[in-house]
Formats: sequence, structure tokens, C-alpha cells
Amino acid sequence: MAGSGKAHLRDRDDILLRVEDLTVEFPVGGGRRVYAVSGISFDIARGETLGLVGESGCGKSTTGRALLQLPKPTGGSVKLKDVELTALAAEDMRAKRTDLQMIFQDPVSSLNPRRKIGEVVAEPLEVWGPADKDAQWEIVSKMLDAVGIDPDVAREKRPHEFSGGQCQRISIARSLVMEPEIIICDEPVSALDVSVQAQILNMLEDLKKQYGLTLVFIAHDLAVVKNISDRVAVMYLGKMCEISPSDELYANPAHPYTRLLLGSIPVPDPLVSLEDSDEILGELPSPIAPPSGCRFRTRCPLADEICERAEPQMRRINNDHYVACHHPLVDVDEVEVSIS
Amino acid sequence: MTEPSPSRTIANTPSSDPLLVVENLKTHFEIEAGMVKAVDGVSFTLDRGKTLGIVGESGSGKTVLSRSVMRLNIAANVHASGSVKYDGEELLTKSNKEMQKYWGAEMAMVFQDPMTSLNPVVKIGRQLTEHLRYHTKISKKEARLQGIELLRSVRIPEPEERFDVYPHEMSGGMRQRVCIASALACGPKMLFADEPTTALDVTVQHQILNLLQAQQKERFMTMILVTHDLGVVAGRTDDIAVMYAGKIAEKASTRQLFASMRHPYTEALLRSIPKPKDPSHTRLSAIGGRPPDLINPPKGCKFSPRCPYAQDRCREEEPQIQAGAAPGHEFACHFPVGTPENKAAFEKNMADGVPATLAAAGQIIATEELSEKAAL
Repeated sequence: MAGSGKAHLRDRDDILLRVEDLTVEFPVGGGRRVYAVSGISFDIARGETLGLVGESGCGKSTTGRALLQLPKPTGGSVKLKDVELTALAAEDMRAKRTDLQMIFQDPVSSLNPRRKIGEVVAEPLEVWGPADKDAQWEIVSKMLDAVGIDPDVAREKRPHEFSGGQCQRISIARSLVMEPEIIICDEPVSALDVSVQAQILNMLEDLKKQYGLTLVFIAHDLAVVKNISDRVAVMYLGKMCEISPSDELYANPAHPYTRLLLGSIPVPDPLVSLEDSDEILGELPSPIAPPSGCRFRTRCPLADEICERAEPQMRRINNDHYVACHHPLVDVDEVEVSIS
Repeated sequence: MTEPSPSRTIANTPSSDPLLVVENLKTHFEIEAGMVKAVDGVSFTLDRGKTLGIVGESGSGKTVLSRSVMRLNIAANVHASGSVKYDGEELLTKSNKEMQKYWGAEMAMVFQDPMTSLNPVVKIGRQLTEHLRYHTKISKKEARLQGIELLRSVRIPEPEERFDVYPHEMSGGMRQRVCIASALACGPKMLFADEPTTALDVTVQHQILNLLQAQQKERFMTMILVTHDLGVVAGRTDDIAVMYAGKIAEKASTRQLFASMRHPYTEALLRSIPKPKDPSHTRLSAIGGRPPDLINPPKGCKFSPRCPYAQDRCREEEPQIQAGAAPGHEFACHFPVGTPENKAAFEKNMADGVPATLAAAGQIIATEELSEKAAL
């Protein structure tokens, strides 16, 4: 994988967010840099859920944060409707951030333990909402109600009095009070039990319908991502491997990395033999010195000399399914595009 | 990597008695608010070379159970009763001093969080061989050689160099491998793995589970695998015990459990897992509510407030664990799944509009709609 290219970007009127050549690098001293995200592009239509999957260290969280300009990306463009976010001055971006909200992985540590729930959820309104406390509480109680937390009981309580699942509901309520255009969910269910995970996923679906939300859903659990997403983008070491509508991706994975990821999902069926299941060998290479050409080649069973030499570009497989691989597992529509 | 197979049971077994016999084990914690009945009367036997999966939500008592068997709950407010017989020896009455002979050498544990279960200021090698040197009295040099061999056996690349690094220099998956190597160091007969992969990525989870299974087979160990994910234990255990509120709700061989589960809680746990073969946006069947308060648990069946099949009898009378049709299959339920009584109870609750039942039914209706659409 590990490809670049923009063949998969769509030309539609309802595109809410368009990301092109997004690059995020962090200096690590000694003139070296961590190439966390290297030139990825994607777009999200209004009301759509885009899943971002990959192993730890593949840059999926960095991508999510770069959308919010936290920190400002090293290069590339992030366009929300017609506004180029990377070009905004700090103060303008601060105002714009009310349109982009985030939900974090650890629900307990993302709420201030010393503040009451009523205050925690009302805080965005303190800055941007109505100044009147009663008007604020009206919005807060409506949102707490929407996430299944009794507002009058929760108002005076503090985060430690709630379970992990309830804390995650409260963070979701907090992200909703600004009525954002997009919510970026960074592993929102990976710290939760399967039973609570199901509650939160169902709730996100309901809220999405109710409030017309657009979601970016970041996770490493492919079964969870499939359940909630319309489209799924697979990332590896700061690059995008494959992007496709979710049912299509799971039925016909075209990238060797996607297939290996799918093979790692634990299946709740004892009759499924684990004997011949593929295992991704080894570890993610260092993002300080990523491999040349296709970044996945060091662990790819199909890698050959061209993978070392040239970086694969995004190519169309069918309809809306794109892959960046020299040796995709299915036939490709178009002939090889230019090799960078 | 291997399916549970009968061939695993024989091999070099010194005796055919079960390795572990737990009877009516209770672990209660005395706290200010009252007595927390974390484990409340659990019994099971585990044969040599077998793997038992213990499954349940957070707070179901699965971790406390495995720690109680190993006698790791040693604070003054812990009240343990019942019996834990390991290789014929009663462990509950042993002093901590006597237990030191067992820890590491006879039984070892791999913990959930590889980030915090290693000491951050001590090099990997010393942590790995500390108990090896304690139990076998070998020299430092010999311990180093054995330690490197252990790192190699858990497939850590460049084990000679890795022996001398600090935990922060390794990734989470690598650290969990070190924890496994450390647990294996003295060749224990019994390995406890307490959510060994919950903190890890799916790909690394797959690697670690395969590694555990390979090591278990190679060393003919008996294993207890604790997890909240039925998917993790499905292909990797011989038997499964599902725990709820400190008790075993259902216990069966893995195949039997998945083929004909009887307890509504087991059914609900399985349904709440998103399955990759379902189309996207399939509504998940969440279990409403939360596990009960273990200080003042509800009267009757402890799952009754969340159960779609609960009847008046369930709220009054606690079901006792009973044997099912298949050998080794046990469950504690008045209206077991798959029986006519269960069906009648469901229909009655549907007619009465019980919320938990409607929620469960909502799932069933939603999937039917979807499959109808798919058929069109």
C-alpha cells in the first residue's frame, strides 16, 4: 500500500469535508522526523460515516486530530465545505472548531474529575453558546437526555460516580451541544466491554439519524468499524491502502494488508478453524525511517522488486472501491497510472 | 491455531486426575459499604492440558476468580472460603510463604496491561529471570542464556539485544510477549491469562493468542483464559464458563456452548458482538442496564432485571446450577433458551411489553427486515 494519489476523491455536491495530501510530521531531534501521516487524501459526504482503520501507530488518530488542526498539519489541505481550514488564522480556527467535535478513547480521563457533569457538558456553551444559564441548561439537558443519561440526576454528580459506558455517553453529549457538522470519534468503544460497546454503537447510529451527523470513526476493530461505517479507509504507516464502501471492502478486500487485518478478527464460532488463519508477522516499521516504495512491503507476502522501487498509486477496482497496491488481490479496472 | 482436539489431553500426563478442582469458592471483600460478593460459590474442575475460558462483563468476578485460585488476593479485608485443590493439594489453607513455592514455578499469570505489569526502571532481562533464579538457584550467566532462549521462544527478534533494554523501548505487543516469557520461565503447569489481549490491537491480539496456544501445546500446560469477548475464546478453548455476578451462569464444552447455549446471558453476550459477516449498520443487540451491585444483589436470579425472558419466579427464586442434556453442560436458569418454557416466557413478556424483551425483539425484527430487503 502505502499509496498516494487522489483517484478515489469524489466530485459531488454534498461533499462536506475534503482532505488532500494531508501530511503530518513531528521533529524528534537530531534533524530526524516522524512521518506520521504522509500525503493521504479522502472526502466525506454529508451524513456519511467514514471508518479509519489500522494498527496502532498507523497515523489514524493523528489524521483525526489534523482535521481539527490539532496540531496544524505539516502540509496538505483540509476543506470543510468551502473553508480551507489550514489557511485559517488561529482565532478563526478556534471559532470554526465548533463545527468539528471530537470524542476520545478513554471516557473516564476525558472528563475533568473535579467538575460536575452539568458544568462539563455546558462548557462549550460557556464559550460559544447563550450566556443565559437557563438557556444553557435547556440545551444540556436535552443532549443528556438524548444519550440516555437522566439530566436532573447527573447535573450535580461527578465523573467517578458513573461507569465507563456512561462517561462515554456524557462525552458524546458534550460533543453534541455545539451542533457540530462533523464528529471525529477516536476509538470511542475500544475501552468498553462488548455489551456496553453495543449500546454505544447503537446510540451513535440513532443520534446520527436524529441530528443528521457526519462521523469519522477511528478504530482498530474491523468488525466495529464495519458495523457503523458507510465507507472504510484502511491506513498503514501514514499512508492509505484501500478505501471502499464497507460491505464491499469486507467481501472483496483488494489490499494484502486489508486481508490480513480481516483475518485477525476473532470469530465467535468454534467451528472456524484457526489452523490456516493468516497472521501478520513482525511489527510496524519505524515511522522515522519508513521503507521505500510501498511502506507495507517489509511485511507483505506478495512484495517484490517493484514494491521496493515505486510507491503504488490509488487505482479504481470497481464503482467506489479503490486500492493502492502493485499486486492487488482482484482485477483492477484501469491500467497502471503514473508511477511517482 | 489449533482446534480443541482430544489428542491434546493425553501426551506426557503424569496422572489422569484433574489438575485443578475448585469447590464452592467464595471471595468476599469487606469494605465500608458492606460485603462485596465478588466470587460467590464457584465450582469447576480442570483437566491437565486443557484450556478453560472464563467469560463475562466487567465486574462479573472473572478476574477475582482467577486471582483467588492463585491466592493473589492477600489483603486483610479478603474473606475466601471453599476449596481450591491444585494437584491434590489444598491451596486456600496455605500460608503466603508456602505459596511462594507455587507462584511462578507451578502456576503463573499473564496480566491484562503489558504497559503497567513490567517495572519501568528495571531491564527486561532481570525481570524475566528474577523468579527463575529464585526457584532454580542458577547463576546469573546461566539465567541470561535461559532468558534469551525464552525471548526467542516467544518470537522476539534479536533476543540478545532485547535482554538489556527497558520496557519503554518496546511496543505493547512486544511487552506482552515479555510478560508471557516471564510467566513461562519456570515451566509452570498452569497458566492464567487475564485478558491478555484487551489492551492490544486486533493484529497483535491474533499474534499473542496464537503464541499462547502454541506455547501451551508445546509445554503441555493447563490454561485459564479470562476475557470479555466470546470471539477470543471460541476457537481456542476446550471448555467455557460464563460468569455473571460472581457465579457461573453456564458452563459447557466450547462446541456445545456455541451450538446450544441455554443461558439468556450467554445468548445476549454473543448477540452483542458485531460480526464482520453482517452488513454494515446492522443493529446490535445490546444488553440493557448494568451488572448488578455485588453488595446488595437483586433477589432471585441476578440477571432477571436485564433478561428478556424473566418471569415472576426469576425475581423470587434464585436458579441453581443444573446439568443439561449434554455431558458437562451446566446452567442456572429457570427458563433456559431453546425450551418451550423459554418461548412461552418470551411471548408473555412481549404481550406485557416488558422493556428488556421489546429491546431484544427489536433486534430480531430489525434483522428480519434486513434479510427481507436483502432477499428482494
